[in-house]
Order: sequence, then structure tokens, then C-alpha cells
Amino acid sequence: MNELWQKFIANPHDFLPIGEWVNNFIRFLLDNNAGAFDAIGKSVDLLAENVEVALLSLPVWLVIGFFCALGLWRLTWRFSLFVLAAFLLILGIGFWAQTIATLALTLSATIISLLLGVPVGIWCARSRRVNTLVRPVLDFMQTMPAFVYLIPAAMFFGLGRVPGILATVVFAVPPAVRLTSLGIRQVNKEQVEAGHAFGCTPTQLLFKVQLPIALPAIMAGVNQTIMMALSMVIIASMVGAGGLGNDVLASIQRLDVGLGFESGLAVVLLAIILDRLTESFGRGPVSQPGGGH
Amino acid sequence: MQSGKIVVENLYKVFGDKPQDAMRLLKLGETKETVFRNTGQVVGVNNVSFSVDEGEIFVLMGLSGSGKSSLIRLINRLMDPTDGRILLDGQDITRLSPAELVSLRRRDMSMVFQSFALMPHRSVLDNAAFGLEIAGVGRKEREKRAMEVLEQVGLATFAKKMPHELSGGMQQRVGLVRALAVNPSLMLMDEAFSALDPLKRSEMQDILLQLQRDHRRTIFFVSHDLEEALRIGTRIAIMEGGRLVQVGTPQEIIENPAEDYVREFFKSVDTSRYLLAKDLLDPHGVGLMVNGNLAGQHDPQHHWVACVSGDHKLLGLVGRDTLGAEGCNPAERCVPVSPITPASALPDVLKRLQGQREPLPVIDHDGRYLGVITASSVLSKLSEHRLQAAAH
Repeated sequence: MNELWQKFIANPHDFLPIGEWVNNFIRFLLDNNAGAFDAIGKSVDLLAENVEVALLSLPVWLVIGFFCALGLWRLTWRFSLFVLAAFLLILGIGFWAQTIATLALTLSATIISLLLGVPVGIWCARSRRVNTLVRPVLDFMQTMPAFVYLIPAAMFFGLGRVPGILATVVFAVPPAVRLTSLGIRQVNKEQVEAGHAFGCTPTQLLFKVQLPIALPAIMAGVNQTIMMALSMVIIASMVGAGGLGNDVLASIQRLDVGLGFESGLAVVLLAIILDRLTESFGRGPVSQPGGGH
Repeated sequence: MQSGKIVVENLYKVFGDKPQDAMRLLKLGETKETVFRNTGQVVGVNNVSFSVDEGEIFVLMGLSGSGKSSLIRLINRLMDPTDGRILLDGQDITRLSPAELVSLRRRDMSMVFQSFALMPHRSVLDNAAFGLEIAGVGRKEREKRAMEVLEQVGLATFAKKMPHELSGGMQQRVGLVRALAVNPSLMLMDEAFSALDPLKRSEMQDILLQLQRDHRRTIFFVSHDLEEALRIGTRIAIMEGGRLVQVGTPQEIIENPAEDYVREFFKSVDTSRYLLAKDLLDPHGVGLMVNGNLAGQHDPQHHWVACVSGDHKLLGLVGRDTLGAEGCNPAERCVPVSPITPASALPDVLKRLQGQREPLPVIDHDGRYLGVITASSVLSKLSEHRLQAAAH
């Protein structure tokens, strides 16, 4: 027994070569599913390219005007003014193209995250078993250092936009799943009973009762997802995702504090604008006062 | 087999993962507490049987934890029973498939909830039309029907408002409209007015009674408020610890509470208000004269004599003094006093007694004389009633 313990202490990797297993697994996937990865990569690239081309083809004033109008509608004229100033600042320091590229990456990753996350969240809310299975996976996805996803992503999809977006999706999906599931489970028990009592089928219950009532929570999930995606697409520049992340990376490599500050500032301004705007949709005009006394 | 709108036979509901263990003990006659101690299973409903008649308001009473919320949810199968049968119009609904259940709920029954359970994202009109929308009724038709019911409860002008813009009482009126709009033959109301303040509560009870006068439906009403039950209930059932303790009309339950548990309910309620003329009358409160002849021994304390015909129909009252003075032809001297029916409630009786010198005669449906009510007979009956209540 003691001998075995000594051996284990001296060379633990012989007993638990987890890294080796993961490598083997990734290699196995690469060898056997190349076609599938190719297809996924192509469709993600198509989506991201379209979003970016669309955003870049718009005149600058239209993009700025759109966000200002959104701010005026959902928030205050003061925020609208802030949006204008922020975008003019970004234009002024010459980061417009990179900022739009980052915005496009963030939007693409968010779209994919929601397409995956919301249905999984619904499934978690309906099945306790799925929920207990999915929760540790979500914890894992969120706490694993973000850089780690970049390695297999790059191995599967090469360098460029696609691995960046997919690594971002892994990082940004959990809040969408969590808040969708939470929102649905928080729907008042009697509201669900009312749905049943009036003869809802399971589908009617979902679309006419649960999802509409859970919408504020789901929108909070969308907000979280966008913020996670934005922070991750910056890191994803390490695999060549492009956008503002490139400048941040360059500033680190060249120890250029000025460049770092400028690109960082553009990220911060974009983050504030996206955060406030999406958050305002989460609040919504409707609140449930519940059973009053 | 019993007949009725709803017939419940030997219904059980056990919460837990091993309901069959609990059922074995329950069928041996063990109590809810013993079952919980031995199996860890919680008994919600324990061998309950009753029937609800077409068109009546059946009030199910009990404290929290008595199983009344479970029982109402068993009737529309929001919960599945562990054992027993529930017949709705003769059809056993415990055996319905999910699809049959959906169509039954859309067609025959609806529900009103304690917390209103309105949909916050829908306008008042859309909430009112919810049941019809689920059942696949077209927009125009369902909005027309919902609007009609909204008008009945005086909410038509609020149709475009959102629920959170309405007060609690108005929100529950929307809940009521939602349940009525599908025109169900059975309405389930779970503590429907309990979340409202007392004023709003009695206002809602009035609305419900008014609606019931216009269009009789069968209503299964769960409440923990005895005054509410006495006010709206055609019959009242009382539940304790999952068992049904007593079922009867408000009168029967007040007069003959089956157990201490039931009496406990009445402690906080002034049940004397629910005494009727027939409980208050004194058959020998005045003398009796049949066909002009004094019947029986005359009590000198009687100042009045009731004159009745041969078949005991009331003719009127005669003052004792006028009678004594001149021998008699009572039919001529009868003071016509409008009588009262045995089912008149105490407040009505008191109103009639006020400022009236003569005793108040009570006659039944066929006009037959039963006795009289006087101030002193009311007082003695009331004190008797109080003493009885205090004795328990």
C-alpha cells in the first residue's frame, strides 16, 4: 500500500493523465468529424461575415444615429447624448472600423449563444434531470479560464473569426441558459395553474404563459450574454478574431501604453452603450405586482 | 350511485414518493399523523366522498393545511388523485387522457385563483379572453364575448388597461370575467376573495350572487372564511386534516356542529345572525282560538290570542282585553298583522318587531299558523343560543 502511495506521489501523471486523455479525445474528434467541423465553421463564418459587412456598409452617421435614437427611446436624452459623444470619440481616435468589427463579432456570438442557450434554458426549466446535468457543465464553462477554449477552437477551425466566435459562445452561453431557466421557474405557480386550468397544451403554456412572463429575466440573460461576449471577443484576438482585440494585443506586445489605453477606452465605451441599452429592454414596461393585500 | 354535477367517491391524495405505503395504512383506518410518522408520506385528502348538485354554490371550508386546496385541484386534475373516483356529469375524470383533459378544461370548467393569476403582459381584455384564445376561438369572436362579460361586472372601460394599473378588487373581477367568458358549467374558485379587504370581499360576493341569479352555474368555492361561506353557500362542507368532517346547509351546520373542530370555527363568528324565524318563534307565546273557541288552558300572562280557522290558517290576532269584556265573535275583532315566514333571518325579524305592539305571527308556506315571535321570545332564544355556544 505504502509503496503504491510513494509511486503515486512521485509520478502522479502515470495514474491520472487527464491532459493526455483530453488530447486524445480532441485528436479523435479531429480525425473522425472533420466534415462536421467544416460545416459548422462555414456557417458560423457566413453569419459573422454577413453581420460585419452589413454593419460596415452602413454610413457612419446612420449607425450613430440608430444607437442615439435607441437611447432616446429606451432611456433618456442624456444617455442619447452620451452615445453620440462616445461614438464621436471613437471616430476621433481612429478606432471606428475596429469597433464595428468587434461589435459584429459580439453580435454574431450573441446570436449563436441565444439560439443555443434559450432552448436549453427552457429544457432545464421543464426537466429537473436535465437541470442537474446541465448546471455543473455551465459552472465548468464559466469558470474554466477563457484562454483555454482558444486552443481546441483553433485546432478545430483554424485561425480567424470562427474559432474566436465559437470560443466566445462557450463563454457567453451560460447566462442565457441560466436566466431563461430561472425566469421560467420563477413564474408564479398559480399563473401556471391558470394556464393548465383553462386548457393549455404544453406548447401553449410555454408560449402564452411561461415565456412572456419570464421575458424580463430572459432579457437580463441577453444583457449578460452580450457583456460576456464582448469581453471574450477581445481575448479571442489571440486566435486572430480581429477587431479592437488586435490593438489591445498589439499594445501588450509592444508595451505601448497609449495604444492600450485608446483601444481599451473604445472597448469600455462600447460596453457601456451595449449594457445600458440591453438592460433597458430587460426592465420592460410591465411589472407584476402579484397578489395584493 | 349518487347523482349530481360532481360526485366524489372515496378520494385520496398522498404527497410523497411511496403513496401506496400510505394508502395501505389509511385503508386500515390510520390517521394522517400516524401515516406521516411511519412512512414520511403527507396525506392531503383522506377518503373524501360528497356530491355537488347542479346549480348550487358548494363552499368547502377548512383551515390552511386541511386539504381544501388539494381537493379543488383534484377536481380539475391540476393534481392527480392517488385513489378514488371523481364523476363530472357522470363521467369519471380520473381516467381521462391528457388530450381529453385539455378539452374538458376548455369546455366545461374554469377557475378563479387567490392571487388572481392574471397574465401581466396582457391587457384586461386579452386576459378576459384568455380561455377562449386557448380554445382556439377567433380574435373577433372572443373579444366580443369577453367584452360582454366585462360589461356585466362594470369593467368595460378598463378593457385596454394592463392588470397592474388596476386595484386588487378590480384585478379579481378580471379573474372572474376570465373564468366566466368561457361559459363553463362548473366554476372552481380557490380562496377567490381571500386576498381582498373586507369591503371589496363583500362587494365581490354580491357580484357573484348577482351573476348567479342571472345565470345559474355550479360553483365549487374554497374558503377559510366562515362568514363568506354562510353568506354565499347553498351548502357548506368542512374539512380537517384531509377528512371531510361535515356537509350541510349553513343552517344545519350552525345548529348541529358535528365536532369540536366545526364549533371552533364559529367561535369568532356571531352565528346568532344566522338564526331564522323558525328558531325564534314560541308556539305558545299567545293564546290560541280555533274557530272562535279558546283552545286549552288559558295563561293569564297572554295579552294576545291568535285566531285560526279549522285548518289552522291564521286569521289574525285579538287583544285579550277586548276578548274578555264582551264574550266574542273574534273574526270581527281580529287585528290583521302581516305574518312572517319561518325562513326569515334575524335582522328581518328584528326590523319587523321594532315599534310593533302586537306579537309577530309566523306562518308556513301553506298559511298555517306556527307560533309567534315577541321581543321576549327573541331574547330568550338568543341567550339560550349563547349559553349553548359557551358550553362547548
